[in-house]
Amino acid sequence: MKHQLQFRVNGSTAILRCDSRDTLLNILRDGLGLTGTKDSCSAGSCGACNVLLNGDLVSACLVLAVEAQGGNIETIEGITADDRVQSVQNRLVESGAVQCGACMPGMVMSIKALLDATDSPSSAQVREALSGNLCRCTGYDVIVEAVKAAGVSQ
Amino acid sequence: MEYHAPRSLTEVTDLLANAGGRAKLMAGGTDLLAQVNKSGHWPAVLVDVKHVPELTALRWLSGGEWSIGAAVTGARLRDSVEFAGAWPGIAEAMGLLGATQTQNRATVGGNICNASPAADLVPTLVAARATCRLVGADSERCVPIEEVIIAPGKTCLRADEVLVEIRLPARAASAADAYLRATPRARMDIAIASAAVNLALDSAGRVSECHVALGGVFPVPVMASSAARTLTGWSSEDDSDTMARFKRQVSAACRPIDDARSTAEYRNEVIGVLAARAARLAWSRAAG
Repeated sequence: MKHQLQFRVNGSTAILRCDSRDTLLNILRDGLGLTGTKDSCSAGSCGACNVLLNGDLVSACLVLAVEAQGGNIETIEGITADDRVQSVQNRLVESGAVQCGACMPGMVMSIKALLDATDSPSSAQVREALSGNLCRCTGYDVIVEAVKAAGVSQ
Repeated sequence: MEYHAPRSLTEVTDLLANAGGRAKLMAGGTDLLAQVNKSGHWPAVLVDVKHVPELTALRWLSGGEWSIGAAVTGARLRDSVEFAGAWPGIAEAMGLLGATQTQNRATVGGNICNASPAADLVPTLVAARATCRLVGADSERCVPIEEVIIAPGKTCLRADEVLVEIRLPARAASAADAYLRATPRARMDIAIASAAVNLALDSAGRVSECHVALGGVFPVPVMASSAARTLTGWSSEDDSDTMARFKRQVSAACRPIDDARSTAEYRNEVIGVLAARAARLAWSRAAG
């Protein structure tokens, strides 16, 4: 079954056709070329495809494209508009918290969701917010430290 | 695959009746889409139920009962101060399921109907004495939750039925629940064993009513009724004899297996520890 889709992505309107079986992740990457959102486990286990759908953090691999009809999507490519998230990103880069980098777009989207919901998150809240993102390189501490060092948390 | 997103319960049951067993229901999709992504097997008809008002309502009824729509998300349940006040164990089970991105989509009904032996929410709902309202094209029935899940991955729902709401009974004044699980990782993991305890205290602070349910140690989430009876009259300030007996009876209610995540032997041991800690936690909440 084919669908005509329309939704907002990073502030622009996107119009495209999709199949019922397409996931939001497929159409972001293959339909719209937004490859910053990573395709990793396809099971909702790793957090690499995290995006915001109507303000809620979701795994794009576990959302059908048709479910995004009329919705508002924010991906890593749209994150530049957010100063606080930008300062976290800069600190992640400067402190060597990024190694292979595959997990980072999802990590940053989780941080954005946290900062959207919480003004000055505690260290525990930062850890909880990143608990759904797998990183196989760094061991996490340096990532949590970078978020704290960006001055957005307590 | 046909995709439908009906706006009413009648549309859902009509779609199911017309699909003749070829339809799958989806709410949050966190289990269904993960399975389809892995297997490549799509249902012929997919009915997305998260826009049906009866399934998305979360209500505290005048008699003190709670009604949870089957498509209420984990995040909504977890973040409802009123709900977490009445049922802290259920709320904390929801907070342990996956991570934020999972809880934003995963639903109460989905956790039940996926029928995993290790579902986090189900032991808390069994211990809460929850009932499920199942609606078909020409039928409606209320079934205790422990009768809904009949085998791993299997429910008692007929092909034309949908789980509409979960009802929780009204609470006594001094009552509380608690949920604890064992996992290799603190988050984003499936419980190797889990225990939910729901109890009420009399005016002397002794257990007057108790329900215990276990996950991950039996083909389906299971009640440990004799263990629960052992705690009648118990207070957390008592000596440890009762608790030792309770732990033995909890283990006796289990039929665990060896699998990739743990061994039967370890599950048998840890389930008693989890249940005992959950009982103490529920007692201190109820007493507080």
